[in-house]
Amino acid sequence: MSDHDHDHDHSDLSDTELRVRALETLLTEKGYIDPPALDALIETYETKIGPKNGAMVVARSWVDADYRDRLLADATAAITEFGFTGRQGEHMVAVENTDETHNMVVCTLCSCYPWTVLGLPPVWYKSAPYRSRAVRDPRGVLEEFGVRLPRGKHIRVWDSTAEVRYLVIPQRPLGTDDWSEDDLAALVTRDSMIGTGLAIDPLVKEPTA
Amino acid sequence: MNGAQDLGGQMGFGPIEMEKDEPNFHAKWEERAFAITLAMGATGSWTLDASRHAREALHPADYLSSSYYEIWTKGLERLVVTHGLATDEELKQAKVLVPAKPVKRVLKAEDVADVLAKGAPVDRPRQQAARYRVGDRVHTKRMHPVTHTRLPRYARDVVGRIEVIHGVHVFPDSNAHDKGEQPCCLYGVAFNGTDIWGPDSDPDLSLHLDLWEPYLDLA
Repeated sequence: MSDHDHDHDHSDLSDTELRVRALETLLTEKGYIDPPALDALIETYETKIGPKNGAMVVARSWVDADYRDRLLADATAAITEFGFTGRQGEHMVAVENTDETHNMVVCTLCSCYPWTVLGLPPVWYKSAPYRSRAVRDPRGVLEEFGVRLPRGKHIRVWDSTAEVRYLVIPQRPLGTDDWSEDDLAALVTRDSMIGTGLAIDPLVKEPTA
Repeated sequence: MNGAQDLGGQMGFGPIEMEKDEPNFHAKWEERAFAITLAMGATGSWTLDASRHAREALHPADYLSSSYYEIWTKGLERLVVTHGLATDEELKQAKVLVPAKPVKRVLKAEDVADVLAKGAPVDRPRQQAARYRVGDRVHTKRMHPVTHTRLPRYARDVVGRIEVIHGVHVFPDSNAHDKGEQPCCLYGVAFNGTDIWGPDSDPDLSLHLDLWEPYLDLA
């Protein structure tokens, strides 16, 4: 966020807090919402749905060639095998990084993100600097994330304009041939599944997020 | 609409600010704003497309200087008022002044897990054959609707190639405005970076957008 946004957040915080409180009070009294349901919604995304889901999917695709094929052919069905279904994951597509190609996901128009496998998006994903630049200068964006791609590597940027949600399958780090699925999942960061990062290289071990 | 939300390719926003071990919510009110918005969506009073339109219709200066959940809150205020569920005066006073309007359903805590797990798929049965085939070269329309659209400005009036046919999906341009779902074919379309950004583009860049048939002509 810019300095301007920063000032804004501080000066208006109490105003926004009041507006949200007013909405909750009014809509509850009118009978449109039920506060325990709000608590359940928050708890779900705080404790049950997050990038660990996606990491399990990616790790399975690394160790199980048949699963990888199913994931690339019909990601919605393959992800359902783990029980990760529903809101903001109704129509999934998995895109795979290779030696020749790097994939990166953005939503320039709002904040579309695969909630079922990654949870709720981080602030930077929803912010103007990322949304404006990811489609025009992905290489520059990646450098800000500490990722330097070799010249000539093809970059595919996926702008989530419809209800199709994208999961990037990062490349499996070298030297992990005998690793278990669980240990591999720990190498799969959230950013590596958005395409703004790579999977953790166990020889370097420098996670981004 | 050409609102502030249409950010692809705009310049001057500065570096990306990442936060290590970022929490889902940065304040209690963000949790509530998130949950109230989802719970109000569950009443079935408006579509997801209409809620996106309510946010993008904010004044551009307001949109760009608001945090994410502030945008959601302002969008929700607009939706409840325009749909007759509450009045501006009620929001101001946080008090019921006019009787509630009936809604289709009220989300209960015990139903949250099921509702989230079910989601709201937008694919629909196919009524007619897809007009384009994989590999076809298509030209995106030059258009500037004042209403909701999911064809970003940077991808208008350019030539791309159909990569995949996703099927028939609800059309947001109508669904955001009480004009029904008008389902139509959704395509994955690939564009060369240079065809969109010109000679300054990264030569190794391609862009991939999901676009509905009414956005496209045969090139």
